[in-house]
Amino acid sequence: METSKTFHRKKIVIVFLICILLFLGLSGRMVYLMVFRSEHYSALAEDLHQRERKIKAKRGRILDVNGTILADNRTVCTISVIHSQITDPEKVIAVLSEELGLSEETVRKRVEKVSSIEKVKSNVDKEVGDAIRAYKLDGVKVDEDYKRYYPYDELASKVLGFTGADNQGILALESYYEEYLQGEAGTILEMTDARGVELTEAGEERVEPVNGDDLYISMDVNIQQYATQLANQVMKAKEAQSVSILVMRPDNGEILAMVDVPEYNLNDPFTLSDAFLELNTPETTEEETDGEVSASGDGLTEQEKQDLLNRMWRNACINDTYEPGSAFKIITASAALEEGVVTEEDTFSCPGFIVVDDRKIRCAKVGGHGAETFVQGTMNSCNPVFVTVGQRLGVDRYYHYFEQFGLKQKTGIDLPGEAATIMHKKEDMGPVELATVSFGQSFQITPIQLAATVSSLINGGDRITPHFGVKTVNEAGEVTNTFEWEVQENILSESTSERLRAILFQVVENGGGKNGKVEGYHIGGKTATSETLPRGTGKYISSFLGFAPAEDPKVLALCIIRVPQGTYYGGLIAAPVVRQLFENILPYLEKREYNQG
Amino acid sequence: MAGRRGKNKNEYYFDYTLLFIILFLVAFGLVMIYSASSYSAETEIGNAMYFLLHQGGAAALGLVAMFIVSKIPYHFWERFAVLGYVVSIVMIVLVLSPLGIERNGARRWLNLGVSVQPAEIAKLAMILFLASMICKMGRSVRSTKAFFMILGAAGLVCVLVWQITDNMSSAIIIFGIAFLMLFVASPDYKRFVLIGAAGVSLAALLVFLISKASTTEGMNFRSVRILAWLNPELYASGTGFQTLQALYAIGSGGIFGKGLGQSIQKLGYLPEEQNDMIFAVICEELGLFGAIAVILIFVLMIWRFMVIANNAPDLFGALLVVGVMGHIAIQVILNIAVVTNTIPNTGISLPFISYGGSSVMFLLIEMGLVMSVARKIRLKDV
Repeated sequence: METSKTFHRKKIVIVFLICILLFLGLSGRMVYLMVFRSEHYSALAEDLHQRERKIKAKRGRILDVNGTILADNRTVCTISVIHSQITDPEKVIAVLSEELGLSEETVRKRVEKVSSIEKVKSNVDKEVGDAIRAYKLDGVKVDEDYKRYYPYDELASKVLGFTGADNQGILALESYYEEYLQGEAGTILEMTDARGVELTEAGEERVEPVNGDDLYISMDVNIQQYATQLANQVMKAKEAQSVSILVMRPDNGEILAMVDVPEYNLNDPFTLSDAFLELNTPETTEEETDGEVSASGDGLTEQEKQDLLNRMWRNACINDTYEPGSAFKIITASAALEEGVVTEEDTFSCPGFIVVDDRKIRCAKVGGHGAETFVQGTMNSCNPVFVTVGQRLGVDRYYHYFEQFGLKQKTGIDLPGEAATIMHKKEDMGPVELATVSFGQSFQITPIQLAATVSSLINGGDRITPHFGVKTVNEAGEVTNTFEWEVQENILSESTSERLRAILFQVVENGGGKNGKVEGYHIGGKTATSETLPRGTGKYISSFLGFAPAEDPKVLALCIIRVPQGTYYGGLIAAPVVRQLFENILPYLEKREYNQG
Repeated sequence: MAGRRGKNKNEYYFDYTLLFIILFLVAFGLVMIYSASSYSAETEIGNAMYFLLHQGGAAALGLVAMFIVSKIPYHFWERFAVLGYVVSIVMIVLVLSPLGIERNGARRWLNLGVSVQPAEIAKLAMILFLASMICKMGRSVRSTKAFFMILGAAGLVCVLVWQITDNMSSAIIIFGIAFLMLFVASPDYKRFVLIGAAGVSLAALLVFLISKASTTEGMNFRSVRILAWLNPELYASGTGFQTLQALYAIGSGGIFGKGLGQSIQKLGYLPEEQNDMIFAVICEELGLFGAIAVILIFVLMIWRFMVIANNAPDLFGALLVVGVMGHIAIQVILNIAVVTNTIPNTGISLPFISYGGSSVMFLLIEMGLVMSVARKIRLKDV
C-alpha cells in the first residue's frame, strides 16, 4: 500500500485553495446581488407581493359666485367578492342578488369565479351598500366611492361639463380645471402570497388620498337660471334651432352666465335629450324608418349616436363660429374713430346700395336712408355708411385694427375647444372683402370673441380675457389659487372708447336697438341680423348685444337666436330678450354689489 | 471522553470540529426546511411539519449510520469497491425497469421498499471504487493509459446517469469527483490544466453559439436554459422563472435579511423552495450575513477534510476523504452558483440543508467514512 506523499498533500491543498477561490467569487456575486442589486430586486419582489387597491380622492366641487354648489359628489358603493374568503356562497348569492336587484345567475357567476377580487356592481347607492355591509358576510367587500352629482341637472351643462367612469373631467370646466379638481388618489398596499391571500401579519401600507380643491367660478346661478329661462322661451316662441345668451362683465372679463339651449342633463349625459333629437334627427334614419323615428335615439348606430352626442354637448358660444353681422359695425366704428377717418358729425348719403368694384352691396333699407350723420348711420345700421368708412381706413389699417383688437387670436377663455377666427388673409383682401368685413360679413368669429372684443372696446380700451375661474379652495377652506387673467391695455384709447359708448347708447335710445331699452337705465348696444351660409335659404341668425350702464358698463349681454321662424330681425326678436334680462338682473346686480361692497 | 481515549494503546484522533460542523449543518438544515416548506406543506399536504418530519427521520437514521460507519475501519470497505461500482451501474439501468419511479417528469428513483436515487449511491460507490483502483495501480497511475482508464470508468457511470436518468448535474458531480481524485493521485499538472482549459473554452463556445442563435426554435431545454441564464428577465414566465424568483428572494434579503421565517418568496412564489432553491430562502431570511456564514461553515468543513486527508495514514484513506471533499465542495459551489444565477440553471441540491432523505443519508454515511479515516490518525502526526 502506497503511503500518502508530499505531492498528494500539495495537490490536496491546491484543491482546497481552488475551492476557497470559488467561494470567494460566489461571495462577491452575493455581495453584488444583496447589496448593490438589492433595491432593484426588492422593488420587483414587492411589486409581485403587493396588491394595490386605489382609494379614490374626492373630486373638488364647483361653486358659483354666491357659493351655490353646481357640481357635487355623492357617496356610492362598489360591491365586490373575494373568492377565497367566502364561507357561505349560497347566502352571499341570495343576499347580493336581492339587494342589488341582479339575477341569481349573474351573481353566481361572479361569486363562483376563482379570482383574487371580483367586482359585482359599482355605483350602488350608499343605503344599499350599508344594508349589505350589515349582513357581515365573509368575503363580501363594500367599498365606498364618489360619484359626480349635478344638483341643477341641465343648468349650465355646456359650461360645467361632466366626468367619466374614473371620475375624470371630460368636458368644459370639469376638463379644463381637472388638475385642481381631481386631487390625488391614495392607495392601500397589501402583501399577499402567491395565491393572492392577504398576509395579515405583514400589515398594509396606506397612502391617504388628497381630495381635490373646490373651484369657485364667476357664474351667478340666479342670472344663469333666468337667462336659460329666457332662452328657452324665445327658442320655443320663434321655433328657433338654438339660442345662446352670454352675460359677462366688460371691465374684468368675468362671465356671469353662458346659456346655449337646448342644454342636456349632466346627470345623464349619454342619453340624447328629447329636445335635441327633435331638432337633430339624422335625415337618413328618417327615410329608412319611413318617418317614424323614436325620440329616444334607438335604431342609431354607435357612430351615429356618438356624433349626435358630440353635437349635443357642443357649446355654440365658444365651439362654433358665425358671421357676426351688423354687431361688428362696433369694431369698424372703433377703428375709424380711433384712426380719425370719421367723426360723429360726418355726413353720408345712402341711396339704398353702394357699388364696390363691380358689386352692388345693398342696404337693409331698400329705399335708402338718404342723408345721415355717422351716428345716425350707426343707429340705422346703414351698410353703405360702414362700407365707406371701411374704404377710408383701407385694407392695411383695417387689418391692423382687426389684429390689435385681438380678433385674430383666441380669447383664451377657460373652456376647452375654443374655435379660431376664420378671416381673409391680408393679401387676399380686396375692396369687396374689405367692404363686407366692415359690416360683419364674409368672415366668422365665435360669440365669445364678439362679446370679449366689444367688452374690451367699451371698457376704456383694455383687452380682457373672458373667464369663469376665480379661485380654488381646499378642504380646510384655504384659498389655494387665485386665478389671474391676462389684460392687454390700451388696444383702444380711453377717449374713443367713451365716444363709442355714447354712439351705442344712441343706437338703443333712439335707433335700431330701441327694443333693448330698459326703463330707468342707460343701455348701449347694437342689433345684428345675418343670413346663414349658404345664402338664399331664408335662414337667419338674429342677435343683439347690449351693455349697461352705457356710461360705465358693468354688464354686457349677447343674445343669439339661430334660425328663427317668422320675424328674424335682431332688433325685433333678440333685443327684447336682452331687455327682459336686464330688467331683472340690473337691479339684482346693484343689490349684489351693494351687499358685497 | 478523555478517559476513554486514555484507555487506547495509542492516542488516536477524533475530529470533534468536523462532528460539530456536521451536527450544526444537519440541525440548521432542518430549521431551514421547516421555515421554507411549512407554508406549502400546510397548503398542499395539510401538515406544516410534513417535510420536517421526513427529513428529520432520514437525518436521525443517517446519523446512526454515520456513527456505525465511523467505528468500522475504512479498509473494510475496500473489498466492496468493484462490487459497489457494478451494483451502482445495475441500479442505474434498473431505473428503466418497472421498479423505476417517475417524479416531476424525471425518472430518477428506484423503488426498493424506500425510494432511492441510484445517482446518490453511484457517487459514494465511485469514491470508493476510484480510491481502491488508484491504490492498486500504484505508480502506474501516472501513465497515460491509467489516466484514461480511470476517467473512462468514471465516464461510463456519468454517461449512464446523464442518459438514463436524465440527470446531468449528478453526472457532472460524479465526473468532478473522479477528476479531483485523479488530480490528487497523479503528480502531473499539465494534463489537468489542459482538460480544464479545454472544458472551459468548450463551454464558453457553446454559450456563445447559443446566445448568437437567431431563434430558439428547435433548441432543446438546456440551450434555452443558457439563454435564460444570460437574461432571466426575458424568460420570466418560462425557463427563467425559477431563477428570477430566486434572485428576487436573494435581492430582497439585503444585508441582514428579513428575519428567520419571514421570507415571502417561499409563500408559493419560489419553486423548489425547500429543495434546490433553499439557499435563496436562507438569503432572503438571514441576509448576506447569514448566507456568508453558511458558506463559511462549508469552507470550515472542507478545511477539516483537507486536514484529515493530509494526515491520513495511507493513500486509500486520503483518497476517500478527497472524494468526499470533492463531492461536498462541487455540490455546494454549483448549488450556490445556480441559485445566484452565476451559471445556467441545473438541479443541484445543497448538501445537508436541501430536502431529500436519501441524499442526507448518503452524505452522512460519507461523513462516517471520513471520521473513520480520521480515527486512524495518530495524534503525534497531526
